[in-house]
Amino acid sequence: MDSKTGFMHALKCRECGREYPLTANHVCEYDFGPLEVVYDYDRIKRTLTHAAIESRPKSMWRYRELLPITGEPTVGRQVGFTPLVKADRLAARLGIRELWVKNDTVNYPTLSFKDRVVSVALSRSKELGFKVVACASTGNLANSVAANAASAGLQAYVFIPSDLEQGKVLNSLIYGARVVGIKGHYDEVNRLCAEIAGKFGWAFVNVNMRPYYAEGSKSLGYEIAEQLGWRIPQHTVVPMASGSLLTKVHKAYQELAKLGLVKATPHRMHGAQATGCSPISTAQKAGLDFFKPVKPNTIAKSLAIGTPADGFYALRVMSETGGAADDVTDDEIREGIRLLAECEGIFAETAGGVTVGVAKKLIASGRIPADESAVLCITGHGLKTLDAVAGHVGRAAEIKPSLREFEALTAHDDHPLVNA
Amino acid sequence: MSKKVRIPTPLRKLTNNEELVEVNGSTVGEIIAELQTRYPGFQERLLDDKGQIRRFVNVYVNEEDVRFLDNQNTVLKEGDEVSIIPAIAGG
Repeated sequence: MDSKTGFMHALKCRECGREYPLTANHVCEYDFGPLEVVYDYDRIKRTLTHAAIESRPKSMWRYRELLPITGEPTVGRQVGFTPLVKADRLAARLGIRELWVKNDTVNYPTLSFKDRVVSVALSRSKELGFKVVACASTGNLANSVAANAASAGLQAYVFIPSDLEQGKVLNSLIYGARVVGIKGHYDEVNRLCAEIAGKFGWAFVNVNMRPYYAEGSKSLGYEIAEQLGWRIPQHTVVPMASGSLLTKVHKAYQELAKLGLVKATPHRMHGAQATGCSPISTAQKAGLDFFKPVKPNTIAKSLAIGTPADGFYALRVMSETGGAADDVTDDEIREGIRLLAECEGIFAETAGGVTVGVAKKLIASGRIPADESAVLCITGHGLKTLDAVAGHVGRAAEIKPSLREFEALTAHDDHPLVNA
Repeated sequence: MSKKVRIPTPLRKLTNNEELVEVNGSTVGEIIAELQTRYPGFQERLLDDKGQIRRFVNVYVNEEDVRFLDNQNTVLKEGDEVSIIPAIAGG
């Protein structure tokens, strides 16, 4: 491994192909196209084998050669390798032969897939000598930057829309991060952060560190393939905010195929949005390769990005793989959260409700055929968005500590009586 | 006279590191043309071959995305501030 560049070759503009050095830079100065990390796959192939991967600790860093840092990870070494759950009860409810849930609600340490991207972004930030890290966030990223920065001894500034769920605000404050609520929606937070990043010279994980940051999402795809016994699933349903995760999970499958670690089998990438913020799914359903920005209004706040930066690429991936997109209303999101909880014992945040709700629609309409197999990417924990379900899941029954009252309460319940 | 354009980092090489530039144009399109005259190369970085604002460029007038206004025909008045911002990944 080259200590200066690791397994990376350069940053490259996705639009015009111009190459840039491996610094904190996210935009091509000629056409504003996003920069992406280019790897030396020939060198990676020499060390990254099934045996090598399987001998390493169970974290996202077992695929280290495919993650964009030059040395060893210094932040978030324990992140990832979350369970891939065979969801038979949910499969029966949704009417599909085989269903898996990639359960990132239990990702370490902040219970969302964002720990993956932050682990990469902060490890790379330290390599580049930054002392202050920051982010624009719809909540989960803020939590993860705050926690991982604390553990790494970095100073953190996180910027969020001021109307975020209380749980997500507290979950950033507790780590000692400077939390700034912006009176506006995420796209406005983003705009301000782009201006702050230009002025303050911090490592903004999703602004100037974005090429490195975004690559962390690929680990979700590597893990899915490995946990399925080194194969690519026929269908993968991914929630879309900026659209980045969908493109990176797809990139992960492609890289594994390129390296000979899985067979290059056909696979469809499907995208899920909330109806109240559905620029990408609306474009996909209309057969367009571009989207129209929207002003978000949905309980799925973690997905509420009206101007999705990777929307074009997400549309292209869905189109190239034969995938589909759809969106669900606030009520359908809550129903999705309940379905996953009642069938599999997994409590997801609103984005998870979006993914389950959209999967249900795609299966019912045959866009995911009932006799095939699908993986749902569930990306964040329900304890973070309690506000979204409060008042919609019933109430605890209250009785006196009396057996008679309990018997009266449950007289009509359908439960087996062991001593009856 | 006197509208301001906030120049993003990737374009400051063209503006000799000026962050805030005063302009006269009365629409977003006119301002882009004006900046092109002053800083050659400016326009081709913002507009594609068809003369449309590139898909990874967001232009705001007083914090509102011009795609919610009248795109390049968006009319500017005295004191307005225009920002040019690259698209940003999710969070």
